Amino acid sequence: MDSKASDRYVPAAARSVKILVLGPFAVGKTTYVRSVSEIRPMRTEERMTRAGELIDDLGDLREKTTTTVAMDFGRLTLAGDIVLYLFGAPGQPRFRGMVRSLMEGALGGLVLADTRRLDQSFEAIDLLEDARLPYTVAINTFDGAPAYGDAELRDALTLDPGTPLVLLDARDRASSVQGLVTLVSHILARPDLEPV
Amino acid sequence: MTRRSHRRRGMVRSYTATGGRAIPSRATLDEATLLKADPKLPMAGLNAQSHRVMDLCRAGVLSVAEVAAHLQMPGAVTKVIVSALVDSGHLVAVAPFVPAAQKHDREFLKKVLRGLQSI
Ligand SMILES: Nc1nc2c(ncn2[C@@H]2O[C@H](COP(=O)(O)OP(=O)(O)OP(=O)(O)O)[C@@H](O)[C@H]2O)c(=O)[nH]1
Ligand SMILES: [Mg+2]
Repeated sequence: MDSKASDRYVPAAARSVKILVLGPFAVGKTTYVRSVSEIRPMRTEERMTRAGELIDDLGDLREKTTTTVAMDFGRLTLAGDIVLYLFGAPGQPRFRGMVRSLMEGALGGLVLADTRRLDQSFEAIDLLEDARLPYTVAINTFDGAPAYGDAELRDALTLDPGTPLVLLDARDRASSVQGLVTLVSHILARPDLEPV
Repeated sequence: MTRRSHRRRGMVRSYTATGGRAIPSRATLDEATLLKADPKLPMAGLNAQSHRVMDLCRAGVLSVAEVAAHLQMPGAVTKVIVSALVDSGHLVAVAPFVPAAQKHDREFLKKVLRGLQSI
């Protein structure tokens, strides 16, 4: 959360990894990124065509048929010169094209869900499965939201037995980091990664 | 909203192994790509926006997304400027790590996990 110049940069020998935080409107994506990030979360502005495709060409940028979307991200420097970037991806279906492009080069995704509207997380789950990215579903526990057992939640979300499901509080750092621990453990369990 | 009934069990992503290499094309510039400036290359002849990017990057390593946020430029504009600077050798781009089916990749992921566990 410091903004001193010396804290602005990452270690010179750093390697980066990218993880996406997905889920519907107001499920806690920005809150989550803020909890985990070591820097004040930042935003970049992206422009899309009305059809939802991300624009990565200067020529197209001048056209009037574009809309803008803000994307927030945070950073977490880990031991061993590893820098983890967390991107909060917008959940609305019209931003699908942008989310697809954001998924390129990502290690995996954390899907936030609210027990009052679990079905609204299907969009994010489908996008991750289409991209064949490993993911973990995290129930963000809101006050007053109904609590269900693991089996009920998995059933409602139609999760594969191998897909991790965790409960967390996006406002709490330790709890939020646990979601990442679960996700990376899951990625490490991939069958095609050679054991050492 | 529909949830697909068919499940995609056991499918894994076919990862590309661009990690760690310089990537002189904006098609492959990621938001999480790290940028390292070559201080030996002259700044003369660079336009104002490229100058601002180099001023920021010469002081340390940052991701493409951070450059965009610090300079308050749209992501797409930043990628265009950065890729030109990569092509001219002013910046070296290091793509984010994605695992291939290799032992050292497993080791790297374990480092990520240990790093997270020690927070
Ligand atoms: N009780 C409770 N409130 C939360 C939690 N996480 C987020 N909130 C609140 O829920 C609201 C929405 O959170 P955001 O983090 O802005 O959600 P978001 O997913 O980024 O929302 P959009 O970007 O608009 O889609 C805010 O008022 C948060 O303070 C939580 O774990 N528990
Ligand atoms: Mg948000």
